[in-house]
Amino acid sequence: MRSAVSFSLPSRILHWLMAVMILGMLFIGVFMAATVGPGYHRLVTLHRPLGIAILVLAILRLGNRLRTPPPPLPADLPPLMKAGAKASHILLYVLMIALPLVGWGMLSAADYPIPLWGEAMRLPPILPHDPALWAWLRSAHTVLAFLLFGLVLAHLGAALFHGLIRRDGVLSSMVRRGSPD
Amino acid sequence: MATNPVVPPASALRWLGVVAAPAALALAFLWAGGWLTPGRLTQVGILDALREGGGMQPGFRRNHAKGVCVGGWFEGTGNAAGLSAATVLQQRRVPVVGRFALAGGLPFQADAPAKVRSMALRLMPPDGREWRMGINDIPVFPVRTPQEFHDLQLASRPDPATGKPDPARMRAFRAGHPWLQPAMEQVARRPLASGFADDTYRSLDSFLFVAANGMKTAVRWAMVPVRPVMPADGHADDHDYLFRQVIDDIHAHPLQWHLMVTVAGAGDAIDDPSRTWARDDRQIDAGTLTLTTIESEEGGPCTGITFDPLVLPAGMAPSGDPILSARSAAYMRSFFLRSGERAAAPAVTPGMTATPAGTKDNKS
Ligand code: HEM
Ligand code: HEM
Ligand code: HEM
Repeated sequence: MRSAVSFSLPSRILHWLMAVMILGMLFIGVFMAATVGPGYHRLVTLHRPLGIAILVLAILRLGNRLRTPPPPLPADLPPLMKAGAKASHILLYVLMIALPLVGWGMLSAADYPIPLWGEAMRLPPILPHDPALWAWLRSAHTVLAFLLFGLVLAHLGAALFHGLIRRDGVLSSMVRRGSPD
Repeated sequence: MATNPVVPPASALRWLGVVAAPAALALAFLWAGGWLTPGRLTQVGILDALREGGGMQPGFRRNHAKGVCVGGWFEGTGNAAGLSAATVLQQRRVPVVGRFALAGGLPFQADAPAKVRSMALRLMPPDGREWRMGINDIPVFPVRTPQEFHDLQLASRPDPATGKPDPARMRAFRAGHPWLQPAMEQVARRPLASGFADDTYRSLDSFLFVAANGMKTAVRWAMVPVRPVMPADGHADDHDYLFRQVIDDIHAHPLQWHLMVTVAGAGDAIDDPSRTWARDDRQIDAGTLTLTTIESEEGGPCTGITFDPLVLPAGMAPSGDPILSARSAAYMRSFFLRSGERAAAPAVTPGMTATPAGTKDNKS
C-alpha cells in the first residue's frame, strides 16, 4: 500500500467545499439557461455571487497548493496515468478560475450591471462594452462549463477507480487524515 | 507492494460503483439542462415560438425588432421617494437612453395604427443604480404566464397559405383560455393614439417599490404624454410613417411624458399582468421624461444593450408576476443571439434620423 500521506486539512476542506459549490453551479447554470420559469431570476441572482466565491476560493486554493505540495501518487502508477492525473488537475484549476472570470467578463461586455449581493454591492466591469465580445464570451462560458463538467465526471470516475478497484490510498488521501499503517 | 497490477481484478459490483456515480451525475445534468424533458418551456423554445408567430431576422431583436434609439433625461419629482429608495426617483436629473419600437420580430414590417408600440428606457444615475424598463401601449397584457405567451404566439402565427393567422387556431386558443377573454378584448378595443409621441406606455407587469425602511409597495406605472393625444390615422402609402413622424417631432422640439406610478389597491391582482387594476387607485406623478435626440439603431446607443425589466435599482424589486422572470431570460437570450449575428441595415437608417440642416442650432 501507498504510504498513508494525505492532503493537508485545509486542502481537503477546500477540495470538498469547492466540489459541492462547483457541481452546484454547473447544475444551477444549465438549469437556469434552459428555463423561463419563476426560478430564473432567483437562480441567476445566486449564480453570480456563488461563481465569484468560487473564483476567490480557487485563487486561495492555488496559493495553498503551490505552498503545500500534495502527497505523491502511488509509485507503481504507470507514467501515463500520472501524467493524466497531473494534466487534469491543472486543467481543473484553470477552469475553476477561468469560468467565473468569463462570466464576469461577458456581463461586463454586455453592459449589464453586475449586482453581487442584493443591489448593495456591484462588481465593476472588467471589460469594455462590446456586444460581439459578449456573444463570444457567452458561448465560451457554455463550452468551458461543459468541458469542466466532463472533466469532473472523469475525475470522479478516476477517484472511484482508485478507491474501489486499485484500492491504492489515493481516494482516502482526499477523504481522511493520513495515519501510518 | 510495488508489484500491484495497474488494473487489479475486482468484482463486477465494484466496477458498477465506478461507473454508476458519473453516469448518474451525467443523467441529472441532462435533466437539469432540459434535454430529457422536451415538453419543458425553455428560453430557446420561447424564442422559437416568437419566430413562428412574428418572424425573425438575424442581428435584430427577436421581438420589437423595428425601432429607433432616443436620448434625453428623466427628472424626478421626489413624490415617489417615500415608497422607493431608488436614487432615480429622487429630485434630480438623470440621463436616459431609450428606444421606440413596434412589437413583432420583423424589423422591416410596415407601420400601421393598430400595431403595438413600445418605449424602452435605461435611466442612468451617476451612482450606477440604473433602472431599465420596456413598456407597451396596451392597457393589459394578453396573457398571464410564459406558457400562455408561447401558445398565443403559435396560435397567432401566420398561415403560410394566406399570410394571416388561422382563425380556427385563434378560436381554439380563446376557447382554451376563457380567463384571458377580457384582456384580449381590452387590447383589441383600446383607443389608438396618432403616433409614438402622444402615446401612453404601461409597465403591465407589477413591481415592488422598497422604501428606505424596507416597506414594500406593489406598483405599476405608465409614461403619460404631456402633449394632447390625437386620433390615429393610417398612412397606407408610407411604410415608416410612425418613425418618420417621431423623428420630425423630436427634431422640432423635446417630447415629454409624466411617469405616473399606480399604487396597488386591496383588490388588485399583483401577479397577473392580464388583469387591470381598480380605476380609483392612488396615482403618483414621479417625474418627467424628456427626449431630445433620436438616432438610427445602426451605431445608436440602444442597440448593444437589452432593456431587461429586471435590471432594477436598489429600492425596486420584482413582484411575483411570472412573466418577469421569463422576460429577463428571453431578453438575455435574444441579446446574446443577435449580438453574434451580422445585422442588415435597419429600416430606420442614419440618413433618416440625421438632423435636417438649419435646425441644428435650436436643438442643442
Ligand atoms: C465556477 C463558476 C461558474 C460555473 C461552473 C458556471 C456555470 C454555468 C453554466 C453551466 C451555465 C449554463 C450555460 C449554458 O447552458 O448555456 C452558465 C450560465 C451563465 N453564467 Fe455561469 N458559471 C460560473 C460563474 C459565473 C459567474 C461568476 C457569472 C457572473 C458574474 C456567471 C454568469 C452566468 C450567466 C449570466 C449565465 C447565462 C444565463 C442565461 O443564459 O440565462 N457565471 N454558467
Ligand atoms: C465529485 C466528487 C469528487 C471526488 C470523489 C474527488 C476526489 C479527489 C481525489 C481522490 C483527489 C486526490 C487525487 C490525488 O491524490 O492526486 C482529488 C484531487 C483533486 N480534485 Fe477532486 N474530487 C471530486 C470533485 C472535484 C471537483 C468538482 C473539483 C473541481 C472542479 C475537483 C478538483 C480537484 C483537484 C484540482 C485536485 C488536485 C488536488 C489539488 O491540487 O487540490 N475535485 N479529488
Ligand atoms: C413572456 C412574455 C414576453 C416575452 C417572451 C418577451 C420577449 C421579448 C424579446 C425576446 C424581446 C427582444 C429583447 C432584446 O433582444 O433586447 C422583447 C422586447 C421588448 N419587449 Fe417583450 N416579451 C414579453 C413580455 C413583454 C411585456 C409584458 C412587455 C411590456 C410591458 C414587453 C415589452 C417589450 C419591449 C418594450 C421590448 C423592446 C425593448 C427594446 O426596444 O429594446 N414584453 N420582448
